[in-house]
Amino acid sequence: MKLTGAEIFIECLKREGVKTVFALPGGVVLKIFDTLHQQKDVEVILTRHEQGAGHMAEGYAKATGKAGVCLVTSGPGMTNVITALADAYMDSVPLVCFSGQVPTNLIGNDAFQEADNVGLSRPCTKYNFLVKDVNDLAGTIKEAFYIATTGRPGPVLVDIPKDVSMAKAEFTYPNAVSIRGYNPTYDGNKWQIKQAAEAIMKAKKPILYVGGGVVFSGASQELLELAEMTQIPVDMTLMGLGVFPGEHPLSMGMLGMHGTYQANMAMHYSDLVIAIGARFDDRVTGKVSEFCPHAKVIHVDIDPTSIRKNIHVDIPIVGDCKTVLRELNQILRATVNGEQKDLRKPWWDQIREWQQAHPLTYQQEKDGPIKPQQVVKRLYELTKDRDPIVATDVGQHQMWAAQYFKLAKPNRWLTSGGLGTMGFGFPAAMGAQAAFRDRLVLCIAGDGSVQMNMQEMATAVVSKLPVKIIILNNGFHGMVRQWQDLFYEGRYASSYLDTTPDFVKLAEAYGAVGLRVKKVGDLDAVLKEALATDKPVIVDVPTYPYENCYPMIPAGGCNHEMILEDPPELKKKQSGSTKVTPEDKDTVLTA
Amino acid sequence: MEHIISVTVENKFGVLSRVAGLFSGRGFNIESLSVAPTLDPSMSQMTIVTSGDERIIEQIVKQLNKLIDVIKVVDLNETEFVSRETAIIKVHTKDQDRAEALRIVDIFRANVIDSTPTTYTIEVSGDPKKIEAIINLLQPLGIKDLVRTGRVAVAREPVRSAAVQAKKVVRE
Repeated sequence: MKLTGAEIFIECLKREGVKTVFALPGGVVLKIFDTLHQQKDVEVILTRHEQGAGHMAEGYAKATGKAGVCLVTSGPGMTNVITALADAYMDSVPLVCFSGQVPTNLIGNDAFQEADNVGLSRPCTKYNFLVKDVNDLAGTIKEAFYIATTGRPGPVLVDIPKDVSMAKAEFTYPNAVSIRGYNPTYDGNKWQIKQAAEAIMKAKKPILYVGGGVVFSGASQELLELAEMTQIPVDMTLMGLGVFPGEHPLSMGMLGMHGTYQANMAMHYSDLVIAIGARFDDRVTGKVSEFCPHAKVIHVDIDPTSIRKNIHVDIPIVGDCKTVLRELNQILRATVNGEQKDLRKPWWDQIREWQQAHPLTYQQEKDGPIKPQQVVKRLYELTKDRDPIVATDVGQHQMWAAQYFKLAKPNRWLTSGGLGTMGFGFPAAMGAQAAFRDRLVLCIAGDGSVQMNMQEMATAVVSKLPVKIIILNNGFHGMVRQWQDLFYEGRYASSYLDTTPDFVKLAEAYGAVGLRVKKVGDLDAVLKEALATDKPVIVDVPTYPYENCYPMIPAGGCNHEMILEDPPELKKKQSGSTKVTPEDKDTVLTA
Repeated sequence: MEHIISVTVENKFGVLSRVAGLFSGRGFNIESLSVAPTLDPSMSQMTIVTSGDERIIEQIVKQLNKLIDVIKVVDLNETEFVSRETAIIKVHTKDQDRAEALRIVDIFRANVIDSTPTTYTIEVSGDPKKIEAIINLLQPLGIKDLVRTGRVAVAREPVRSAAVQAKKVVRE
């Protein structure tokens, strides 16, 4: 029997196990929406902006480990989803985005709502397709899911012209995909793995540096075994949080620009860096020429381009983290004995010393302004038994969430790392909630970034996605203000946001619940009230506006040279001020 | 250092822009790029002349390999190779210059492929130095137009296997 392109599209989604599509209609995709409307297998979540659809698909993918799917129209629909595609590309999120295109006979004519979707998305997708013939549609969709979810995952775009979605063809879904130019390497080179095992046995000051690749590969168990067996401390990247239990004695927490003191010191002074599924991003390496000066480097990554892109690697292993770690563990199991513990005792003594010297710290006075760290810490303590999924936007609140929310398991952490996309958190949280309707999904946000994609509150209310947004509201683009305080002599150029909107009223306007924490003593009660609500909630928490996030390695600085607290002149300037002062407003106006 | 990279790709639309976009997006340098179908019409062969230190060339090769439409990448500098470039040069030739132009064509084993009373169109192949040299010699006559193909290159058969084969021939 012949099916229309739109019907073929849905049949393909069903075969790929897709239950949810995040979508926004438009002229050239109406046939697809009309067909989706007449079936029950694939749920459509109607978003209010295509960027929201893209981030929701990302959140869905990060929480489930499966490909997220979004569907947008041509022209502005496509340009709006670009940010989400670029975000997914940077953070290796498996995503399949379907875009509508003008009919094939109009392509290139500057037709209404026409854009070169394939051209626009080329630099921010792993691969993209323009389907010109309905007979190619099923095979193309199969390839799209295959490419998005294998090797180093990433976003794939399938551009479907209007006439292709309406034309008919016999439907056959291919069982397998074979692309001659695409054969990801899963098994690591055995010789190299043996070399790595030998280096691990000999190392006196080893450190594990693990990232998002371990999450996508599903290798957290293998990582735990490796770390415990060899007693090697674990540094996690921002993308890797949760892949190793945050409260485990071997966990050093996050490393990098706002990483913990012990994580960065251990990295800098180590003699063996074991990088797994991490890519030596500039927020981790700091000054490349002085990065880990004493260390040999083992680098396990499925993407060969990640290896030796930024720093020299001594033992490169191209392969899937899970497969490689299994093999590595097998060798080590036979060779590890008590000697390593003795060999590394001085290293652990040193690490414990670092931990005690500069733990993460902040001052919360009983009647003083609410400190943002306190909010994250209490939120963590109140929810950890419920195994929540935590999304964040980008900025100071993101770094505090990374520091204080010590996740125990992978696929619970939704954050925008590589692209640093403000407005990511809320829709990503909704995507995860759509995948897991019964789970607790939190979004820790800032008052600046949450306003990007606030419109999705309508989606949350209508589609019953009861995400809990906790806004650390300091009236600033806080990270920008922090840099201005530290590096631009405190001139707050375009970083002050004032006290609008009223987030409680805003939530209510959308039909959600709005709550506000007025003083630190009310924090627990209000958070508990929010957590007990079965609707989407915004908890507005006005926080101390001048709190800065430490430790901090200035951009291009060395990893062992962290700023640990406000410099004295900054402390003096801000002592006692709990609100933005008139002078500050002046700097805002005159800057 | 200059490298010649030979890239076998799928012969479909958009592949050239993926390769070109990779170079521009990552700030890699392209000195020349030539592309044409291979014996198998489903594939095309690209010859890319680029430059960079060892780390950059390694990244270029890896990034090219990462492209899904790229089937094979060979950095020809890792082996022996031969390369050629063709130029077509249109030269003004007044009466007294016509003989001189033909002499230069002769010396460089070039060809005149078109002729008018006031111009010669000359085709020349060789390595870039040879092309530069003929251009320098023709310049005083007045070059009206110049197009170059960019280089194409192929790896040499390993000398040893060639020697073995030669031996075989002798024996036979």
